[in-house]
Amino acid sequence: MKTWNRRKSMLLWLVLSLFFLIIITVSGSLFSEAARTTDFSRKNLLPCFRYPFGTDWMGRDMFARTLKGLSMSILIGTLAAGISAVIALILGLCAATLGKRADSVITWVIDLIMGIPHLLLLILISVAVGRGLKGVVIGVAFTHWTSLARLIRAEVLQLKESTYVRIAGKLGKSRWYVAVHHILPHLIPQFAVGLVLMFPHAILHEASVTFLGFGLTSEQPAIGIILSESMKYLVLGKWWLALFPGLALVLTVVLFYLLGENLRRLIDPNSVHE
Amino acid sequence: MGKNIFIFTGKNLVRMVLLVIAVSIAAFALMTASPVDPLQANVGQAALGSMSAEQKAKLEAYWGVNDPPVQRYLTWAKDFIRGDFGVSLQYRQPVADVIAVKLKNSLFLMVTAWILSGVIGFVLGITAGVFRGRWQDRLIKGYSVLISSTPAFWLALLLLMIFGVWMKVLPIGLSVPIGLESEGVTLLDRLRHAILPAVTLSITGVSNIALHTREKMIDILESDYVLFARARGESTWEIVRRHGLRNVLLPAITLQFASISEIFGGSVLVEQVFSYAGMGQAAVTAGLNSDMPLLMAITIVSALFVFGGNLIANILYGIVDPRIRRGGAVQ
Repeated sequence: MKTWNRRKSMLLWLVLSLFFLIIITVSGSLFSEAARTTDFSRKNLLPCFRYPFGTDWMGRDMFARTLKGLSMSILIGTLAAGISAVIALILGLCAATLGKRADSVITWVIDLIMGIPHLLLLILISVAVGRGLKGVVIGVAFTHWTSLARLIRAEVLQLKESTYVRIAGKLGKSRWYVAVHHILPHLIPQFAVGLVLMFPHAILHEASVTFLGFGLTSEQPAIGIILSESMKYLVLGKWWLALFPGLALVLTVVLFYLLGENLRRLIDPNSVHE
Repeated sequence: MGKNIFIFTGKNLVRMVLLVIAVSIAAFALMTASPVDPLQANVGQAALGSMSAEQKAKLEAYWGVNDPPVQRYLTWAKDFIRGDFGVSLQYRQPVADVIAVKLKNSLFLMVTAWILSGVIGFVLGITAGVFRGRWQDRLIKGYSVLISSTPAFWLALLLLMIFGVWMKVLPIGLSVPIGLESEGVTLLDRLRHAILPAVTLSITGVSNIALHTREKMIDILESDYVLFARARGESTWEIVRRHGLRNVLLPAITLQFASISEIFGGSVLVEQVFSYAGMGQAAVTAGLNSDMPLLMAITIVSALFVFGGNLIANILYGIVDPRIRRGGAVQ
């Protein structure tokens, strides 16, 4: 191990966490059937070798349900974070290239969205589109772009002052040409890192809003649904219903976070010496 | 100098009023887009079914269901400014009364959590920054990352399980004991019921401010003036007290004022788990039952809090840092 430098071990971490997340997502979709089967001969079992996370009051295997829920959360989170990141990129670019008026409008919209507490905005959007899966995805996608858009805008403002962008302008290249060929390539690292670091937020908010009862129905075992169901049985001492799915969720989110942090350190030249 | 601050504050105040108006328009637009039938939400499915077409038309005219949205918004805004927030469908009471009660319960929770998380986070951040790379730093950083990856409601469930169900030292829910007249509820009862929610909120609020303070502290400890202070023979504690704290305190306070929105979001989840009768729970009830007047009012009250926090942060910065006062905006 002594020959391994930091960069290599970071890369290893990155690949490992990516691998693990893919396994969770794929295995979750394989367990769809097992997550739904009820069997009253095995209800309320404590965690054992056969059912590592125990079973619930309807005899459903909590391990299968947790995996299924996680994979759903990851898929929804990835979809929503992807949309959000693209919005951030486009608006960030627009704010910085389309002139002063567009810039002030976009920064104002960012302030506006940040002014409503995040969860409340998710509730409002969910009410507006009539709840369901649609409400969750639209809600998470349209509320998470603000901070990344701010970052990208600041970066573009700085790039615009750089010599080569000014020279390109003097050479008669159009604004659009400069934006695509000279500014966009510089944004890709920050965009990629921002995208990955957005996943944890997206997943947590997805879980929160389903936990509150907006969004998915109880037939679809999203992780928020599992936890809100377990809340009713908590007082009866069924601790395993809440403990393991929650732990699994935390683990997933931490993995996404590590993925993003390692990616940032690998790409960002400022942290090379850390 | 004094005049400058006045203009700066005034500018920020105008901006805040405009933003609040925009929030109300946005929220109203979202409500209008909702597929929920306003008539059915107001009088209920059964009552609506037994009504004649004439009665329905009368009701529609009375509530102005078919008016254009702009006109409805203006009517609503006029009433809102006069203090008439409408009647909550869910609680069958004026919205203003509902909010007054819920806000009182929530404020206690949020203010406690806000102060506790700020102070603890600040101390942890300073410690981590001073002991950079050592075990204290790793512990605090690991804790912060773990907590920021933990959903607030799950943490609430865990604490509820440990202190409410197993050890039975604290009540498992509600903001007052069950089966007591409201006059019989003592302050001690209220406190006991608020401990767990407040602790949960404080724990989750710590990570952000701790990480931020740590970064700032590291920046300061690497600066030239700290190097000189060290060369002069100052001890670590003296350096932290004389150079560190003063420079770190202001950004930390600003961040804490800007984090009101997160505390509010957290309180929605935590109140739901503990069935604590506060603003967050009211927001969820209103959302699930399409109680539009209540939801609108909650949105605006919370936006006022968030923008108010930002305003205070801006003004604080402006008073202390003249560069920002001259520049106007704060990023």
